[in-house]
Amino acid sequence: MKIDRTTARRSTFTSLALVSALALSACGSMTESTQAGGEEGGIEELNIVVPADPGGGWDQTGRAMQKDLQDTELVSNASVVNVGGAGGTNGLAQLATETDPNTLMVMGYVMVGAVETNNAASRIEDTTPIARLTEEPLVVVVPADSPHQTIDDLLADIEEKGQGVSITGGSAGGADHILAGMVLKDAGIAPDSLNYIPYSGGGESLAALLGNKVNAGISGVGEYAEQVKAGQLRALAVSGSEPAPQMPEVETLSDQGIDVVLTNWRGVVAPGSIDEAKAEELTALVTELHETDAWKATLETNNWGDAFLAGDEFDTFLDEDITTVKQTLTDIGLL
Amino acid sequence: MDNFLALMDGFAVATQPIYLLYALGGVLLGTAVGVLPGIGPAMSLALLMPITYSLEPTAAIIVFAGIYYGGMYGGSTTSILLNTPGESASIVTALEGNKMAKAGRGASALATAAIGSFVAGTIATVLLSFLAPVVAVFAVQIGPVEYVALMIVAFLTVGALLGSSMLRGLASLGLGLFIALMGVDALTAQQRYTFGSPFLADGIDVVLVAVALFAVGEALYVASRLRHGPIKVIPVTGGWTKWMRKEDWKRSWKPWLRGTFIGFPIGTIPAGGADVATFVSYASERKLARGENKLQFGKGAIEGVAGPESANNAAAAGVLVPLLTLGIPTTATAAMMLVAFQRYQIQPGPLLFETNGALVWALIASLYVGNLMLLVLNLPLVGIWVKILQIPRAYLYSGILVFAALGAFSVNFTPIDVIILLIIGVFGFFMRRYGYPIAPMVVGLILGPIFENQLRRSLAISQGDPIALISSPVAATIYVALIVIFALSFWLRRRQRQFESTDIDSTPSGPANDEVKA
Repeated sequence: MKIDRTTARRSTFTSLALVSALALSACGSMTESTQAGGEEGGIEELNIVVPADPGGGWDQTGRAMQKDLQDTELVSNASVVNVGGAGGTNGLAQLATETDPNTLMVMGYVMVGAVETNNAASRIEDTTPIARLTEEPLVVVVPADSPHQTIDDLLADIEEKGQGVSITGGSAGGADHILAGMVLKDAGIAPDSLNYIPYSGGGESLAALLGNKVNAGISGVGEYAEQVKAGQLRALAVSGSEPAPQMPEVETLSDQGIDVVLTNWRGVVAPGSIDEAKAEELTALVTELHETDAWKATLETNNWGDAFLAGDEFDTFLDEDITTVKQTLTDIGLL
Repeated sequence: MDNFLALMDGFAVATQPIYLLYALGGVLLGTAVGVLPGIGPAMSLALLMPITYSLEPTAAIIVFAGIYYGGMYGGSTTSILLNTPGESASIVTALEGNKMAKAGRGASALATAAIGSFVAGTIATVLLSFLAPVVAVFAVQIGPVEYVALMIVAFLTVGALLGSSMLRGLASLGLGLFIALMGVDALTAQQRYTFGSPFLADGIDVVLVAVALFAVGEALYVASRLRHGPIKVIPVTGGWTKWMRKEDWKRSWKPWLRGTFIGFPIGTIPAGGADVATFVSYASERKLARGENKLQFGKGAIEGVAGPESANNAAAAGVLVPLLTLGIPTTATAAMMLVAFQRYQIQPGPLLFETNGALVWALIASLYVGNLMLLVLNLPLVGIWVKILQIPRAYLYSGILVFAALGAFSVNFTPIDVIILLIIGVFGFFMRRYGYPIAPMVVGLILGPIFENQLRRSLAISQGDPIALISSPVAATIYVALIVIFALSFWLRRRQRQFESTDIDSTPSGPANDEVKA
């Protein structure tokens, strides 16, 4: 492998920079909100609150936004603060006391459920919705040597055996669990027939599926895609309104007669205390970000579906989502 | 042999000067991060990921591998010297390591940890290179039911940690199990013992508890003794020839190897992880020790450092087996590695070796390289590190307190954690004052949730039928082996007693304990 000199030099520099990077990143994630001086046009300093520890999907979204907003000079300085824990409700609590209007908090479907199951004091309704940005559909899979060939086979089996059929996936009350509840409800199966075995993430539930310990699994398309490709798992249906790019041959639930569309979406909200003008300004900023090539590239590299929805439409969508999630969580006995 | 050729190709890539430099950067960072309590390898990978976006995939993956192995090395240093474990896998090292440091044998402890990590890391990487596909097939057979069996084995071996008073040991264990209950229940999403506070919703971090009990508790204890007389400076062993005496080598090599063969398989099991491996290794070393050496346990036995330190490095390599061959992340750090791979459109999973073989072999080769670098890097540093202990105690312990508080804060960047640290620290002081061992509490905190969740998953899958717990062939084998071993050990002990009563000269020897291998 040959490396031309400029790249080599740049790489050397990067590796040196890496050594000092830890301290810097640690400081970066601790950066307190800096008050932006009352500028009129444009946002100079933007705070991005990530209501999770570094590393997860929300963190990646927040940091991708930070990078793209700065690279495209939509804002001159964006900082990311991680407020992890409790399914994002700790971050939500912090946002409620945020005084800097130039603040966006990353959130998504998982938070909608977490607010309910944690019975959190600060709610999503108390924030100012700005926009939905990305989404990832879920996929229902069975182990390769499972007798079930279609989602109907699986549902028929659940109808017959009830809790004898176990379904695994991510944490209790999360998107995977909720999808299981919604599919069963649509198929007219009693919710107490659902035997859901939660793991802390889709990745961990894989082991139970590959070892044939459970009958089916639900998780984000990305988490099971590789095993589906290798023929270790069989995908029965995806949960988006269209087939997923990673497994285009797998039909959606709606195509198979189950009227359920659920995607694990992520978006941003602002503090509830901001005025209308500020809300419009932030919405315009995020809309501009969405149109940049940098953001398109970000969606591409991360395999995130574009689910842009802003303003009142996002507001309405959010309200509907909260109602459905609450209903489903009640049905499956978590509330 | 194909694997061997592929590995050689990997070496050809990994030993290019520029990649060696990246590996060096990675291991330096990893060591630095491992030293800090609170910031574990998982969080450092997450924080560093954006910086590596500008690197090409091979370079980035090599940096990550360096951080990963480096973090495992670095964790031991503060455990041994300051009784402040940096991450959960080095908690056990503090038990004997810090006692050694206080007896002036800090350098030996650091040296055996470094060499043991190297030996274990190298052997485990060889196992990873050639056995990965075979091991991976076995690993997915370990489901909830089998895990319950393994946890029962773990709890029984850990009995050795309970200390001289069974009752106090059990009280401490129970307390750990109780703290483990705090937070959102994984299976029903209901909160337990959180008093409605969102800050307790995720439970209390085990590193936080360990740092509070070990470091803060001890700092308070030392402070409470200050008025009882002048404070001695901890002696430090002389030149590097004294670090590892002949006897230290003799006592270390077996624990290194045992630690490796305990750590690697436990690391490969989904939901295994390095911390469980260190406990099992410690417990087995303690049981296997004979005579004079056995008495040293609790007072600074070198086996208690050599074993667990090897085990955690071997487990670190083991964790890569399900990650690379099945795409299953079994620890938080592995999950971060998975995210890092995905950033470069590389999907770890069954097809990884076919689609990105060259890169994977370069990664594995760089693990060998990084391991060697860490040894070369860490051994000379031993002499510098131990100098820390010559700081007068009053200053040393106030420094430890600051360090511990900083670490607690950096777990989640919330001041609440510092308050929790102090509360548990005060608690740790009283436990020490009244002779309650603290190790069982940490054990309960780590093993409790695994046992509970796996047991409940097993019963949920079987719809409450307890027979399922013993009907799986793997689990049944484990239970039978356990019963046989216990029966055998009782029999041996009786034989031994009869033997001793007839022959007074006989050296005391304990029962054979192979249950670790189960």
